[in-house]
Amino acid sequence: MAAERPLLEVENLRTYFDTPRGILKAVDGVSFTLDKGETIGIVGESGSGKSVLVRSIMNILTSNAIIPDGSEVFFDGKDTRNLSRSEAKHFWGTQMAMIFQDPMTSLNPVKKVGIQITESIRYHLGASKQEAMERALELMVQVGIPEPRKRLKEYPHQLSGGMRQRVTIAIALACNPKLLIADEPTTALDVTVQKQILDLLASLQEELGMAMILITHDLGVVAGRARRIGVMYAGKMVETADTTTLFHHMNHPYTEALFKSIPRVEHQSHTRLDAISGRPPDMVLDLVGCRFAPRCRYAQEQCITDEPDLFDTGQTGHRQACFYPVGSPENAEALAANQATGITAAGLDLTAAAVS
Amino acid sequence: MAGTGKVHMRGTEALVSVEDLVMEFPAGRRAVVHAVSGISFDILEGETLGLVGESGCGKSTTGRAMMQLPSPTAGSVRFDGVEMTELSKEDLRRTRTRMQMIFQDPISSLNPRRKVKDIVAEGLSIWHNDAGDTAVQKVNEVLDAVGLDPEVVSDRRPHQFSGGQCQRICIARALVLDPKVIICDEPVSALDVSVQAQILNLLEEMKERYGLTLVFIAHDLAVVKNVSDRVVVMYLGKVCEVAGPDTLYAHPAHPYTDVLLASIPEPDPDHPVSDRQITGELPSPINPPSGCRFRTRCEKVQDLCSEEEPELREIAPDHYVACHFPNEVPVSVNGDGDSS
Ligand SMILES: Nc1ncnc2c1ncn2[C@@H]1O[C@H](COP(=O)(O)OP(=O)(O)OP(=O)(O)O)[C@@H](O)[C@H]1O
Ligand SMILES: Nc1ncnc2c1ncn2[C@@H]1O[C@H](COP(=O)(O)OP(=O)(O)O)[C@@H](O)[C@H]1O
Ligand code: SF4
Ligand code: SF4
Ligand SMILES: [Mg+2]
Ligand SMILES: [Mg+2]
Repeated sequence: MAAERPLLEVENLRTYFDTPRGILKAVDGVSFTLDKGETIGIVGESGSGKSVLVRSIMNILTSNAIIPDGSEVFFDGKDTRNLSRSEAKHFWGTQMAMIFQDPMTSLNPVKKVGIQITESIRYHLGASKQEAMERALELMVQVGIPEPRKRLKEYPHQLSGGMRQRVTIAIALACNPKLLIADEPTTALDVTVQKQILDLLASLQEELGMAMILITHDLGVVAGRARRIGVMYAGKMVETADTTTLFHHMNHPYTEALFKSIPRVEHQSHTRLDAISGRPPDMVLDLVGCRFAPRCRYAQEQCITDEPDLFDTGQTGHRQACFYPVGSPENAEALAANQATGITAAGLDLTAAAVS
Repeated sequence: MAGTGKVHMRGTEALVSVEDLVMEFPAGRRAVVHAVSGISFDILEGETLGLVGESGCGKSTTGRAMMQLPSPTAGSVRFDGVEMTELSKEDLRRTRTRMQMIFQDPISSLNPRRKVKDIVAEGLSIWHNDAGDTAVQKVNEVLDAVGLDPEVVSDRRPHQFSGGQCQRICIARALVLDPKVIICDEPVSALDVSVQAQILNLLEEMKERYGLTLVFIAHDLAVVKNVSDRVVVMYLGKVCEVAGPDTLYAHPAHPYTDVLLASIPEPDPDHPVSDRQITGELPSPINPPSGCRFRTRCEKVQDLCSEEEPELREIAPDHYVACHFPNEVPVSVNGDGDSS
């Protein structure tokens, strides 16, 4: 295939917030690219910077955000950081669109669904009221809302969580965006409805040829849905690979830990889960060494003093940031050493680790 | 009115027995929400009973009705030999200390203005007039048990804690009164997978340490399976299937259980995403379908399903289903190991 420029290029993106407690480094040097029509999954636990990352890409940050020089975001070859406010506003919707975890945050509770969809169509496409209404109906059908005419006249609170999310998807699709960013679109939903929404997103994507960034805290959600996955921890991308490679050759201890914490329905009941102990670090602090070290079973002296960079594993497109990658002889040695003393170099007690 | 059957009840040995529980709410203009419509189940001492089903099927209503919050429209809730529905206000308040409940949203279920030690001690001071040294000791003990350092957390307020830590505080608050039963209503649904694992492990440990009996409510069968000894699958106010968790997974008999299983996201890219998906939405409980309530979304529906409500029946040892046309399951083997 000809080396076409990716649809989205994110290069060393850093997003800091000026807070009363100090500078909070929410995203701290993230790079990735996304091709046209491709899906990337971004996975990480609460507070790892997933939402701030995509809000930075969308240019919808709060005013206390600071983006240091050297951070770059190119969309379709254009530097989005140079867009004027009005250009950015138009970009939003026609080129990229976003859906959120809680559909209520993007829906206006006191406006009927139909008005909310048509408003967006009229604003971006300059369509007449009539045209916009027709398009709205078409979209409602496309996202699988039964009785669309009736639903258009209802308020968001009259719809179930799943239906509301369908409405926000309809609004997002109104202007045929090239990129859809889905920030935990199913986290607030039941598994059955989650399945419906993920299936819907996959079929729409195929139909419309959109690229998608799918954000989640659950590796299970992206396994069958994304071509590539990026794992984030404390503002950094710690591992990225195509989905199959990631699952077959998990290199980073954090990726492994996220994977192992999922309860598997095929396991016997009462199988003890491998929970990750502790919590992510406070990102206001100046973090030295590997950010995962306090919670990592393999941590050694080097992990406390040096910060591991993302480097190639040798497999195409597979990059990871750990000195003792899972599956390597160094990793086995590190674990053996820690188990012998019962404690890691960062002070994690391996005997009691599972509880707190 | 035909209930959903009681063949799965285990008789007098149960610590809690819920029979023919009905919960209806007025919905204006003489309409009625049929939130729970005649369900029965029982729980043995030391057992974890999982209640699984999608949002709106009546799981929380069932949990609250067990606590008499509010009392059910009809039916019986027997707890340790006492009929809860007939207790006086005072006796009910006393009995409730031995049956505690924790909720889905840990942060909003804690009073933001109070310190953690006071939140946890609340029940003690109300019930035992017990604000002295023994109370402090007890609070410290349960905080420690749930993995929080009493020295560090006692004087802080809830907003300084993450969702997972708030859920630990809620668990401590429930434990402090030495309850026999804890009803956990979606305790991990609002948490990240990694924190969810911590809380599930913690519940298993607390159950062991304090000899608890648990009701565990969730919409994700993988989560329910991990902690349960017996699972009740609910749909629109009715029981669909009752079995041990491993049996339920290995040999689901009810078409709705099939769908719940197919909806679990598999963390394995080699495992193709199931093409099975539940169609449409949960029908309104104001006007539930006749016959089998699942019939409007069931792949196996036949004429009989709208005419006659399927009763719960035993199709294999300790495996019960309410469906006219259930999946075949092996009759002799029982998929579960010892559920100790
Ligand atoms: N406007 C803001 N001002 C200050 N800090 C912020 C702001 N927005 C986010 N943060 C902080 O940045 C960090 C990353 O937040 P982010 O919302 O991106 O996390 P996330 O990975 O999306 O997590 P979640 O699963 O909770 O959605 C957090 O520590 C958060 O508190
Ligand atoms: N206080 C109430 N008044 C009216 N309807 C209610 C009330 N509580 C619950 N319901 C209805 O009863 C049904 C079951 O609700 P619930 O028990 O909360 O379901 P679940 O916990 O399974 O999601 C839902 O349709 C819900 O809207
Ligand atoms: S082994 Fe070291 S570098 Fe690798 S994740 Fe653990 S602490 Fe970080
Ligand atoms: S009784 Fe009929 S409609 Fe109900 S679950 Fe069984 S086959 Fe489906
Ligand atoms: Mg987020
Ligand atoms: Mg509920």
